[in-house]
Amino acid sequence: MKVKDLKEQLDLVLVAGEAGLGQTIQGGYCGDLLSDVMANATEHCVWLTVQAHQNIVAVAVLKEMAAIIITCGNTPDKATCDTADQEKIPLFLSERSAFDLAWALARSDTD
Amino acid sequence: MGSLVKIFPIKHRDFIHAGKPSIEIKNILKTLNTPREIIRRVAVCGYEGEMNVVMHARNGQIRLELSNTMIIIKITDKGPGIPDIDQAMEKGFSTALDEFREMGFGAGMGLPNMKKNADRFEIRSTPEKGTTVRMEFATGER
Ligand SMILES: Nc1ncnc2c1ncn2[C@@H]1O[C@H](COP(=O)(O)OP(=O)(O)O)[C@@H](O)[C@H]1O
Ligand SMILES: [Mg+2]
Repeated sequence: MKVKDLKEQLDLVLVAGEAGLGQTIQGGYCGDLLSDVMANATEHCVWLTVQAHQNIVAVAVLKEMAAIIITCGNTPDKATCDTADQEKIPLFLSERSAFDLAWALARSDTD
Repeated sequence: MGSLVKIFPIKHRDFIHAGKPSIEIKNILKTLNTPREIIRRVAVCGYEGEMNVVMHARNGQIRLELSNTMIIIKITDKGPGIPDIDQAMEKGFSTALDEFREMGFGAGMGLPNMKKNADRFEIRSTPEKGTTVRMEFATGER
């Protein structure tokens, strides 16, 4: 599955990192504690988190993630979006929880 | 081959730039065709070390050294130091402020994860002076 397919399937809002939409997603990780995400997230995953501050993009780049979904209606500031653009990390927003989104993704993922 | 040394400054409370030195180090290691498994471990250690300076210390630096057989990451700061290193090394121990916990920091897993991911881990700290963490990653002959 490609990052761009996530948007429609989960009804997400893309706010930054458009250049990374062609990436392929391999797995996902839900986590809000950054040390836990650094230790356990896998490469090319989509990361679901309530965190929306500037430092999440650094975590995504270091872990070579495919995309970030900021959940539960949280919103990043402009600096975070700018960094995501520079680093080509797609940043999506959703009102839904990480569990809801992961559930929907698992049910809809066909390949 | 001689050794390469690069030093990157770390600024206290600078969450915008925190992580960038580790990203640069990762890119350097990639261009040198370092095995991905080693790059992944260096990335975890570099990031956790940087965040400790950003949150718990004052200004500091992260130093990358590449020798023929290993990668050495040394993180030094002029912070308050760590009064009890054994306690700081315990999983879950953290003195992070609430404002940092709200950002998802302060799980108390940084130092234990650095120790776990490095082939060799050394920490030294002097109260009121600062802290040094030195980590080695064996690469074999380049
Ligand atoms: N560079 C440092 N300077 C001062 N104290 C530190 C430093 N690094 C770690 N510590 C202390 O050790 C504790 C544990 O560190 P760590 O395992 O990285 O967890 P966390 O950063 O989540 O608190 C910190 O909460 C802090 O009290
Ligand atoms: Mg830490």
